[in-house]
Amino acid sequence: MKRMMLSLVIIMLLASPVFAGGAQEAAEEESNVVRVFGAFVDEEARRFEEAIKPFEERTGIDVIYEGSSEFETLISVRVEGGNPPDIAALPQPGLMKNFASKGVLVPMWSSLEDAVDSNYASVWKSLGSFEGTPYGVFHRVNAKSFVWYPKKAWDAAGYEVPTTWAELEALMDQMVADGVKPWAVGIESGGATGWAGTDWIEDIMLRTVGPDVYDQWVNNEIPFNDPAVKDAFEILGDIWLNPAYVYGGANTILTTSFGDAPSPMFSDPPKAMMHRQGNFITGFFPDDIQANLEEEVGVFPLPSINPEFGIPVLGGGDQFVVFNDTPAVRQFMEFLATWESGELWARSGGALFPYKNQDLSAYPNEIERSLAEALVNAKVFRFDASDLMPGQVGAGTFWSGVVDWLTGKNLDSVLSDIQKSWP
Amino acid sequence: MNTNITSAGPPAEGGNTFLVSLGRLAVSIFIPLAAFAVLWAGFIFLRDSNAPQTIIALVAIIWGVGGVALLFWVTDYVVNRMPVVVAKKIQPFVFVGPAIAILAWYLFIPTMRSLYLSFFGPQSTNFVGLRNYIYAFTDSRMLEAFRNNLLWIILGTGGAVGFGLIIALLADRAKGEKFFKSLIFMPMAISFVGAGVIWRFIYAYKPLGEAQIGILNAIVTLFGGEPQAWFTIRGLNNVFLIVILVWLQTGYAMVIISAALKGVPSAIIEAGRIDGASELRVIRSIIIPFIAGTLVTVSTTIIILSLKIFDIVFTMTNGNYGTEVIASMQYKQMFRFYDYGRGSAIAIVLVIAVIPVMWYNLRQFSKREGF
Amino acid sequence: MAGTHKQSRWTYLLVLILLVIVIIWSVPIFGLLVSSVRPRDQVMSTGWWRALDSEEGFTLDNYRQVLGGSDQTFVNASGETVRASGDNLTQAFINSLTVTIPSVIIPILIAAAAAFGFAWLEFPGRKFFFTLVVAILVVPLQIALIPILRDYQTLGLTGSYLGIWLAHTGFGLPLAIYLLYNYISTIPKDIFESAFLDGARPMVVFARLVLPLSVPAIASLAIFQFLWVWNDLLVALVFLGGTNDVAVLTQKLASMVGSRGQDWHLLTAGAFVTMVIPLGVFFSLQRYFVKGLMAGSVKG
Repeated sequence: MKRMMLSLVIIMLLASPVFAGGAQEAAEEESNVVRVFGAFVDEEARRFEEAIKPFEERTGIDVIYEGSSEFETLISVRVEGGNPPDIAALPQPGLMKNFASKGVLVPMWSSLEDAVDSNYASVWKSLGSFEGTPYGVFHRVNAKSFVWYPKKAWDAAGYEVPTTWAELEALMDQMVADGVKPWAVGIESGGATGWAGTDWIEDIMLRTVGPDVYDQWVNNEIPFNDPAVKDAFEILGDIWLNPAYVYGGANTILTTSFGDAPSPMFSDPPKAMMHRQGNFITGFFPDDIQANLEEEVGVFPLPSINPEFGIPVLGGGDQFVVFNDTPAVRQFMEFLATWESGELWARSGGALFPYKNQDLSAYPNEIERSLAEALVNAKVFRFDASDLMPGQVGAGTFWSGVVDWLTGKNLDSVLSDIQKSWP
Repeated sequence: MNTNITSAGPPAEGGNTFLVSLGRLAVSIFIPLAAFAVLWAGFIFLRDSNAPQTIIALVAIIWGVGGVALLFWVTDYVVNRMPVVVAKKIQPFVFVGPAIAILAWYLFIPTMRSLYLSFFGPQSTNFVGLRNYIYAFTDSRMLEAFRNNLLWIILGTGGAVGFGLIIALLADRAKGEKFFKSLIFMPMAISFVGAGVIWRFIYAYKPLGEAQIGILNAIVTLFGGEPQAWFTIRGLNNVFLIVILVWLQTGYAMVIISAALKGVPSAIIEAGRIDGASELRVIRSIIIPFIAGTLVTVSTTIIILSLKIFDIVFTMTNGNYGTEVIASMQYKQMFRFYDYGRGSAIAIVLVIAVIPVMWYNLRQFSKREGF
Repeated sequence: MAGTHKQSRWTYLLVLILLVIVIIWSVPIFGLLVSSVRPRDQVMSTGWWRALDSEEGFTLDNYRQVLGGSDQTFVNASGETVRASGDNLTQAFINSLTVTIPSVIIPILIAAAAAFGFAWLEFPGRKFFFTLVVAILVVPLQIALIPILRDYQTLGLTGSYLGIWLAHTGFGLPLAIYLLYNYISTIPKDIFESAFLDGARPMVVFARLVLPLSVPAIASLAIFQFLWVWNDLLVALVFLGGTNDVAVLTQKLASMVGSRGQDWHLLTAGAFVTMVIPLGVFFSLQRYFVKGLMAGSVKG
C-alpha cells in the first residue's frame, strides 16, 4: 500500500513538467482587450456586439461583453470584491453615484467630454455626473410616455388619438359604452414588481406639476406625501381603481407580468384598447404583430393634463462607466459616444439612442422613428424618477407602495410610509 | 467483519542508525514536498494554460479529486512518523483540520466580518452601535418577516418531514420502490427557476370569463366559483408559497429517511412482529425511535432552510402582500439599498435565530464519547 | 407471521396509496412538460390541459432553441439582417460538468473525514467546533461573496476552476458534515472497538471501515451536492465569471430568457434539459440505497 502510494507520487512528480508547460503569455494579450459588463443578454447582447464590430475591426481591440441576468447582485460584489470589469453599463444613475462617491470610477477625460458635449443634449451629461464631475456615457436609451393601441380595431371603431387628458377620458367612456375595456395593465415583474406603476405616476407628475416640481420630488425637497403626489395617485386611481376602465381589474394588474400585459389588445375581438408602456414593449407583442408592426399597431404620447406643461418625455437608459483606465478602454468609450456605435443596433430594432446627430432613417419602422424623434426633440425630458431616487425608495417602498395601494391600503398611509423610508 | 487491517510498523534496525534516521527524515520531508510540488504544478497548469478545454477539464477533475486524497494520505503519513504521544494528539486534526480550515475561511471569517460591519453605517464608514439591530427588531416589515419565517418553519418542516417519512415508509414496503421514490424526488432535480414557472401555472389568475390557465382557478371555476389571485390573499398566501417548499423538499427528506430506514436491523423488526405487534405499532415503537436521530437531522436542515428561504418568495411575490421573509429583506438591504450595515445585521440576526437549534443539537452531541 | 394473503393485500393497498400520492405530486411537472412543447402564445391563453384541443398542436421549437441556441435577429456590419442562433449549450455543458464533479467529490471526502472525527475521535474543542458547524448552516452565502472574492483576487484564483471548487466545497461543507455525522455516529460502537483493539490506525479505520459502511449516506449527499452545484448560478458567476468560455449551463439558460424575462417559454424546455443530468445521477446512485449494509453488522 505504502509502496504503491510512493510510486504514484513519484510518477506524478515526473509527469509534472507536462503540467508546467502551457503557461500562457497573458500580459501582452490583455492590453488589447476591453471587458464590458452589462445587464442585457441574449438577442440584445448580440445586437450590441454586432454594433461595435466596426470598431473592433478598425482598431484590433477585442471587446468582450458579458451580460448577466444577475447584474444587480454581481456588479456590487465584483466592485467591492476588487474584480470590477473595465467598463460597466449601469441602469440607474443612483448606482453610478454610489460608485463615484467611493472613488472607484474613472472620470471623463477631456477628449471624451468633448465628444459628449457635441453629440448629446446636455441633460444626458448631467445624468451621468456626480457632484459636477461627468462619468457616464449613455448609449441605448428608452422612452416611456407612450400609449400603444391596436390600429385595425381602432380604425374599425372610429377612435381618434386624444391630445388632451379630457379627450382621453372621453375616449375611455366611449370605449366603455362600446362594450370594451379601455386599458390593459400589468405590473408583475418577479423581484421588481411594481415598477410599471411607478412609471405611470411619474408621467402623471410631469404633466400635472411640471419638470421643476418633479425634480423637487426626486430630490425629496418636497415630501413624498405632498398633495401633488397624492393628486397624481388619485388621477391614476380614477383609471386603475375603476373596474370598468381596466381589463380584469386590480387583480389582473397585480398578477399580470408587464410583458404579458399588452396581449388583451391583440385578441380577436380585442379585450382592451390601450396600453401605456415604453418603446421596448414592442419586443413582447405576439410574433405576428411584430412582423407587421406599422400596420397592426399605433402609438401616441400620453396626453397632457395641464396644458402649461405640454407633453414631456419620460425615459431611462444605461450609462457606461469606466473602472479601469487603459488606452484601449479610452478608445472604446470615445467610440460609444458616437452615433456610429449605435447605428447597427438601431437598425435591428427595439433600441433608441440619444445622439443629436443620429440618422433617423436607420430605425426599421415608422413607429420607432417617431419615438426616436420624440425623444431627441423633446422640449422637456426627465429621467425615470424611481431610478433616480435612493434604492430604499426607488427600488423599495415606491414599488411596494403601488402594490399595497392597489390591494386597498389607504393612500395617505402608503405615501407617508414611503416618505418615512427615505434615508 | 475481518479486521486484518493492522499496519506493519517500520522494522527496527541495528547499526548505522544515524544514516537510517537521516534517511527517514529525508523521506519524511521529501514525500510531502513532492506531493506539494505536484499539486502546485497542476494548479499553475490549470490557472494559466492554453490547452484545449477538454484536456483542462480532465486534468482538473483528476487533479482536484486525486489531490485531496493525496493530501489526506500525506498528512496522515507525516503525522504517523511522529512520536506516538504527539501523533495521538494530532491525529484527529488530520480528519477535522481541512474541514475546519475551509469553513473558517469561507464562512466563519465572513460571518465575523458581517458582525463587525453590522455596527457601522450603510457605507461602513461610521460607527452606529446598535442602530441596525434596533431597525432589524422594530421595523414593521422585519416583524412581518419574523412572523412569516416562523410559519415557514412550522408548516414547511412539518410538511416536508411528515410527507417524507410517510412516503419512505410506504415505499420501503411496496413494490416498485425505486419508481415511486424517483417521482417524489423529481421536483428537486428541476432547478428552482423551473419550479417557479411550474407553480405560476398552478396559481395563475385570469379574470372571470377568461379561460383559466392556472389549475387551481380552473378547478374553482369548474365548480362555479370566482377565480382568485391567490398570492394577493393576505395570510393564506404564505401557505401557498410554503406548499412549493414542501413539494420541493419532501424528496430530500424522503431520500435521507429512506437511507436511515435501510439501516434498521431487520432482527429488531422481526422480533417486534413475532411478538404480535401490528405494523403501525412496529413503526411507532421500534422504527421511529431507531431513526429518531435522522429525523432530528432532517428537521434541523429544513428548519434552517426555512429560515433562509429566499428564491420562492422573492420571485413569486417579491415580499408583497404580507409575504416578506428575512433573507429577502437581507438581499434588498445589501444589493438594492446598498446598506451594508443593515444587511450584515440581518445576517447576524439569522445566526442568532438558529441558536435554539444549535442548543438542541449540542445536547445530542454531548451524549457521545469518542475514542 | 402474517399469512401471504394478508401480505399481498397490504402491498396492493400500499401501491395504490403511493400511486395516488405520486400522481398528484407529479401533476405540476407534467403540466410543465406539456407547456414546453407548446408555442408561447398558446401557453398564455389556454390551460395546458387543453393542449390537445388546440389546432396549432405541439412544437419542439422550444427545445430546438434551448439546445441549439436561441433565435436572434440582428443587422450586421454589411447592413444585412441576419437570423442566427445564439451559442449552443455544448461548451456550457462541459463547463458545468467540470465545475460540478470535483465540487461534489472534494467536499464529500473532506466532510466524511471531519464527520468521522467529530463522531468517534476525542480532541480538544470538539464540542465547540461542532457547534460552529451547525451554526454556520444558517449563514447566507451572500455575505461571503465579497470577502472571498477579495481573497481570490490576491491569490489569483478568480476565474479559475480551482477557485470555484473550493468555494462550492466551502459552502457545501456544513450540510455535508452534518448529514454524514448523523449517519456515521449511528455505526455501532462494537465495530470500531474491535478494529482499534487490533491496533489499526484511524486513517485505515476510516478508509476501510467507515467509508464503505457510509455508502448510503454518501450517495444521498452526492445527489444533493450535485443538484445544488449543477443548478447554481450565483456562485459560478462570482468566482468563475459569465463570459462564453467559462459560463455554466444555468447562466446560458438564464440569459436565454432575455433581458426582461420575455422568453420564459424557453425556460420550460430549459428546465427539462437541465433536469436530465441530475436525474441520471440520482438513478445511477440508487443502487447504493441498499438494505442491510449496517443492519447486518449487529451481532446476535
